[in-house]
Amino acid sequence: METIYFDNNATTKVAEQVLEEMRPLFCELYGNPSSMHTFGGQIGRRIRKAREQVAALLGCEPTEIIFTSCGTESDNAAIKGALAAIPNKQKVITTRVEHPAILSTCRDLESSGYTVVELGVDKQGRLDLDELEQHLDDDTALVTIMHANNETGVMFPVEKIARLVTDKGAVFHTDAVQAVGKIPLNLSTSRIDLLSLSGHKLHAPKGVGALYVRKGTRLSSFMLGGHQESGRRAGTENVPGIVGLGKACELAAQNIEAENSRVKTLRDKLENTILESCPDCRVNGDPENRLPNTTNISFEYIEGEAILLMLDKYGICASSGSACTSGSLEPSHILRAMGVPFTAAHGSIRFSLSRYNTEDEIDYTIKKMPQIVNRLRDLSPFVAE
Amino acid sequence: MWEYTDKLKEYFFNPRNVGEIENADGLGEVGSLACGDALRLTFKLDDDGRIEDAKFKTFGCASAIATSSVLTEMIKGMTIDEAAKVTNKEIADFLGGLPEQKMHCSVMGREALEAAIENCRSGGTKKHEIEGAVVCTCFGVTDIEIERVIRENDLTTVEQVTNYCKAGGGCGGCQGEIEKIIEKAQGDKIKEQPAPAPGRQTKLTNIQKIQLIQQTINEQIRPALRADGGNIELIDVEGNKVIVAFRGMCAQCQLAEFTMRDVVEAKLREFVSQDIVVEEETDSAQS
Repeated sequence: METIYFDNNATTKVAEQVLEEMRPLFCELYGNPSSMHTFGGQIGRRIRKAREQVAALLGCEPTEIIFTSCGTESDNAAIKGALAAIPNKQKVITTRVEHPAILSTCRDLESSGYTVVELGVDKQGRLDLDELEQHLDDDTALVTIMHANNETGVMFPVEKIARLVTDKGAVFHTDAVQAVGKIPLNLSTSRIDLLSLSGHKLHAPKGVGALYVRKGTRLSSFMLGGHQESGRRAGTENVPGIVGLGKACELAAQNIEAENSRVKTLRDKLENTILESCPDCRVNGDPENRLPNTTNISFEYIEGEAILLMLDKYGICASSGSACTSGSLEPSHILRAMGVPFTAAHGSIRFSLSRYNTEDEIDYTIKKMPQIVNRLRDLSPFVAE
Repeated sequence: MWEYTDKLKEYFFNPRNVGEIENADGLGEVGSLACGDALRLTFKLDDDGRIEDAKFKTFGCASAIATSSVLTEMIKGMTIDEAAKVTNKEIADFLGGLPEQKMHCSVMGREALEAAIENCRSGGTKKHEIEGAVVCTCFGVTDIEIERVIRENDLTTVEQVTNYCKAGGGCGGCQGEIEKIIEKAQGDKIKEQPAPAPGRQTKLTNIQKIQLIQQTINEQIRPALRADGGNIELIDVEGNKVIVAFRGMCAQCQLAEFTMRDVVEAKLREFVSQDIVVEEETDSAQS
């Protein structure tokens, strides 16, 4: 049975070209870029190239990129590093729909005396920028708001938010882990101060990420040790990962058009056909401002984990915001923040596509989905006979 | 991904006895859409008073569906009295076990069976009624139900109770009360367990006491309130009087008074000192 992978917001396949680029760095070119000999020193050039490739995708200077081990590290480094550099301000603003890497980090700040404001969202997952403005004051050190939501794909107007925040003299960080590679960025004309990205969400391997730090933004080191990354992130570089991330960014720049046309067309076909063929279902999130690869659909009367297991039987990989999949008893905090009724949250399924998906895969899934939904609804006590 | 047994998967993909028996002798309904799972069980008796046929309809995850289906198979041929003795553990064992966090599915099956038996014995007039006092308001679980899963499954921790009947798995506000029920039901068994951190100290200086209060709020109280979008701040400590302010959702919560007494005060008494009295800041204007 072939695997049909629609869980690209969880992780992605490493692109073949990325793997090829990384391959020599394991057994042949395994030197340490900090070494004084040519064998190690030549690796520095590879890292420099990767830094340029990442910078090119983001539209920034290579010196503004720090390589990290993952998106979570980038988020932690950004939040803790920025706050440590602004010791006189005690307020942080974020949203209720952030990834746990942000939410847990912010909530932990409260024990060190910070006031943390979590902005709510409306039914379609949108922020109220007036509310943000009301909370922005002279005591606000940092605002951290995601670029695109991992579960719904809803995109926040980060450029506009960056202007509001930086006009008030606060630092603005965005967790762009889901957006980088899918949404064109040009940080040279942006007011975003800090931006996190993760390699494995854009066809680079797991274990590598990056943090963009705008020139002039004060950031205390998060990881202490050696002088790597200009002393901003100690630890011997994950050379293969960094080189892979560089190549992945180069490929993403080439494919960003296709992502927003071909992948979006596939996503729309999947979503529209499911909505037509399965009664009592709805899309969660803002249909206007959404990632081109993501759809989050709630099926009434049935439960997400059961749907996933049925899909799994056909080799189709997706994910759910249902309580049963998380190990907790509560459905997704994102859908709850949006006020999605419990009934719909328990039956939510996220399909997240990539450029490797084909129309055949979409057609197969479209055929299976109504069968699965009908089968589970036959079992459900909430469906009238 | 959950580790389901092959037998469980088999019952999920090919469930037996799906549907509803018309003019059933017994009908039991438990759970709700909000809780994430619900089960409607119906059965019919033969002339000898044995369960001739049983059917189910379930909203829920794979293990909820599989346990419901297996239950209908288990009770066929039993008398009402025999069926009344089926425990949730027997249901789970029949499937070769359930993941610990899914044990509540087997409890739901047993509850539905009980409700159906009650309905049958009353000649179809009686619907299932909740017995006891509701402890967990998020999932509507009573003290009697909690005590029962503790006894039947020999549970000793709040986490286990949550896995078995969901109580304490929502806002977490009732976890202190669940602890008391465990203590009551299990008695000495609990005392053998090491005291949880941060642990109460015998003699505290004022600074140590304030630190311990702050630590208890950070580690024991705030996470529970956080789950519902609420928050708490320590305002002041005067001797044994602790003044706090509720923030976020907690500030508007109608259960704030309850939270204050049963969560905040209970936790501080447990971890800091029995003599702690908690008060809410009188002029708690939102920051």
